[in-house]
Amino acid sequence: MSAVPSVLYDAPGPRALRRARVISVVSVLVFAALLVLAGLRLNQTGQFEADRWSPLFWPGDDSFRPVWEQIRIGVTNTLLAAAMAIVFSLVLGTALTTVRLLLGRYSRLPLVLVAEVLRGAPVVVLIFFAARVLPTLGVDLSQLWYLVIGLTAYNFVVIGEILRAGVAALPRGQREAGLAVGLTSRQAVLLIQMPQAFRIMLPALISQLVVIVKDTSLAAIVLLGPLELLNVGRRIERFLDNPLQTYLLIALLYIVINSLLGLLATSLERRLSRSGSGGADVDRERTVTVANLGANATGGGAGGVGT
Amino acid sequence: MDVLVDNFALFVGGFLGSLKIIAYSLVGALVLGALLAMMRVSPIAPLRQFGSLYVSVIRNSPLTIMLFFTAFVLPELGFNRPFFDLGVLGLSVYTAAFVCEAIRSGINAVPAGQAEAARAIGLTFGQSLGTVVMPQALRTVVPPLGSVVIAMMKNSAIVGAFGVGGDLFSVGSRLTSAQGFAALPVLTGVLLGYLAITLPTAAVLSRIEDKVAIAR
Repeated sequence: MSAVPSVLYDAPGPRALRRARVISVVSVLVFAALLVLAGLRLNQTGQFEADRWSPLFWPGDDSFRPVWEQIRIGVTNTLLAAAMAIVFSLVLGTALTTVRLLLGRYSRLPLVLVAEVLRGAPVVVLIFFAARVLPTLGVDLSQLWYLVIGLTAYNFVVIGEILRAGVAALPRGQREAGLAVGLTSRQAVLLIQMPQAFRIMLPALISQLVVIVKDTSLAAIVLLGPLELLNVGRRIERFLDNPLQTYLLIALLYIVINSLLGLLATSLERRLSRSGSGGADVDRERTVTVANLGANATGGGAGGVGT
Repeated sequence: MDVLVDNFALFVGGFLGSLKIIAYSLVGALVLGALLAMMRVSPIAPLRQFGSLYVSVIRNSPLTIMLFFTAFVLPELGFNRPFFDLGVLGLSVYTAAFVCEAIRSGINAVPAGQAEAARAIGLTFGQSLGTVVMPQALRTVVPPLGSVVIAMMKNSAIVGAFGVGGDLFSVGSRLTSAQGFAALPVLTGVLLGYLAITLPTAAVLSRIEDKVAIAR
């Protein structure tokens, strides 16, 4: 982080230091003024009244236990939906990429077409699609399943792209060596290319999990249930009539869950770059660029540009 | 499929409504995102910290909850605006974090020697950023920024799902629920509408990418 600025400007001399200090103080004052203004407005509209906060944060409050029981259910369902979606997406995404690698240039066209359509569609439309269209086709599932199906339909393609970028980032010699020792093309893909692609793309895959966790919240606007975290928040807010406080708490919970996943991704990345990513000498920078390019065509992407 | 033909005008209206959300949010997100990126690379520590706090908070929370804030909490604080404005505000504020990161990654990709050379001939921070680093960074920024823009186009459906009215998603939702049309053709139409926005954009972006690509 500090490496960036130091490239853009010299180590500051006394005058620059003084100027930087002045601007720092001014910007802190501006931020403080904005905070005070916001605080005044919040106070005016009664947002600091204790009974708006205590059911959420004060264990002595009568509503505290039932509220947190609901939140526990919400967190469980959010994690459950995200876990199911990532497992299905991994399985289908791996299958998609493997088949794409094995098929010829023309026979893979139908697959590419389906992938492009799913990747170009908004996830929220896919979830809505699953919830509205599947019942008319006689598939009657719980709302949680529609969420999982919608999320999977989008994310398996994205994960497929991530893995494809991983395979593309491998040195050519990996596959060639496999073929040279007598493996068939399928064996080379399954035994040499895909396992390494998984390994080097693990951080990107976890970033995608963050996107999935965030996207489970779409259930709150297009589905009737399930009681995932945001839907629970909606119910609590209607009951307690304190949208600011409730959504603040819910947002914090998402941030905690996703920050933990982010930390996991970073530490994995560090470990991978230390251990030289298993045999294949892959440049991390290059992989990231390739992943971005690969997933670029219609958004999503390894960077976790989702909802 | 009759429902698509009969309600064609409605779909076109929804398509234009979606484009309107996208256009306004794009301007908002690009301006705010560029400002944030400047903060994140500036020599002023508080600005840098504000920038990175903003990015990590927004990137880790769902757009849906951001929209809940702009749609339900802001009016409660006496900020009453038409829903369209609130939706665009939420989408812009959310997307800006991703725009900021895309721009910053572009700045990072400029070889250190370029910035060092700029400093060596005596350019200030502003000059070296504006005349040496940014022009090169913008080229590297095209692919990641492109995927941010496309993700934002798709996210406009979420703004629509809140009931802005008149955008593509709300047209589909109204036709299937209130008017009871069969879901499959209506939602296929909605899907095609979004693809008609995202796929051409992706094609244009990849042409731009080829054009501005520089050999390093």
